[in-house]
Amino acid sequence: MLRAALEAVSALAVPLLLAAIPLYALVRKVNVYAAFLEGAKEGFATAVRILPALLAVVVALGMLDASGALGAAGRLLGPLLARLSIPAPVLPIVLVRPLSGGAALGALAEVLRQEGPDGYAGRLASVMAGSTETTFYVLAVYMGAVGVKRYRQALPAGILADLVGFAASVLLVRAVFG
Amino acid sequence: MSYIWVLLLALSVATAAASGRMSELAAAIPAAAQSAVTLSLGLAGVLTLWLGLMKVAERAGLVALLARLCRPLLRRLFPEVPADHPAMGAMVMNVAANLLGLGNAATPFGLEAMRRLEELNPEPGTATDAQALFCALNSSSLQLVPATVMGLRAAAGARNPADVIGPTLLASALSACAAVLSAKLLARLYRRGGAGPAPGGGP
Repeated sequence: MLRAALEAVSALAVPLLLAAIPLYALVRKVNVYAAFLEGAKEGFATAVRILPALLAVVVALGMLDASGALGAAGRLLGPLLARLSIPAPVLPIVLVRPLSGGAALGALAEVLRQEGPDGYAGRLASVMAGSTETTFYVLAVYMGAVGVKRYRQALPAGILADLVGFAASVLLVRAVFG
Repeated sequence: MSYIWVLLLALSVATAAASGRMSELAAAIPAAAQSAVTLSLGLAGVLTLWLGLMKVAERAGLVALLARLCRPLLRRLFPEVPADHPAMGAMVMNVAANLLGLGNAATPFGLEAMRRLEELNPEPGTATDAQALFCALNSSSLQLVPATVMGLRAAAGARNPADVIGPTLLASALSACAAVLSAKLLARLYRRGGAGPAPGGGP
């Protein structure tokens, strides 16, 4: 049931939005094509803007892997991670996700490169990166903008949200692709 | 991030030196740098398509439409914010832009919302319950389609880059629920007027 529903969402989301949004825009008399080209220009710029952070993390994790340190850490934490159904290569995502969005993308890119996008590790990493946010960054920017120093429950709530996102990712990826 | 990054680099070199894998390490560095460029350029395809589509959505007034749909829900989540207060308007626009994955549009609305919420803050410097909940909500990734992740999967040669959308959507919805619930419950624990949890931890 759940599996079929989530598979349907995955299959339909992009094609449906790609048909429905331009159609709705046309009805609202928007110059659809011009708007598309204008937004699309930003897409390429965004990819280039992401590059430095992506490269920094992919290189660092690639080095960690080649040096044998990642493998050693995986063997050390392996039993614990295995009980959580988290493959060792996915661990860096869990660690950097709350700190930096660019770093999380780099960590995801590294998992996709090493483990492939269509295995359990690749899919779990994708869902984890897509379903959580950079909690510390968001708090620093938003609270900092109004000079709030005491975050009160915002920090534990944000971290709890990340943990629930990670746990849900494991359960759902196992349920849908297991 | 600086400390983590330097630590990773130094740790790698030290481990390689200790285990005699220096030449493997040296070979991996340019390969990794090269693959980062390939990936981020591969990502450009999906991002370009998606940001183009989202600009169409923005022009068609879909952000405002989504904002109207979100408003009743947000009014329940933030009962202490008057419904006609500018903070409410900024918050619904922020949530709507986030849902569409318009990060660049969402942030200014989010900052505006925080500024407006600060006007309702009797104790500047300490977050109100509304500010804490709003930030917690923003730190759970409310997004209909995770375009960047999909782009990276496409760049890595996934058979179907979109096959993670369903699980991602549900996982982020659960994460958002956790953010709301824990922010609401913890609000009693973190009494205002003092730093940190109240002594004894009880409400």
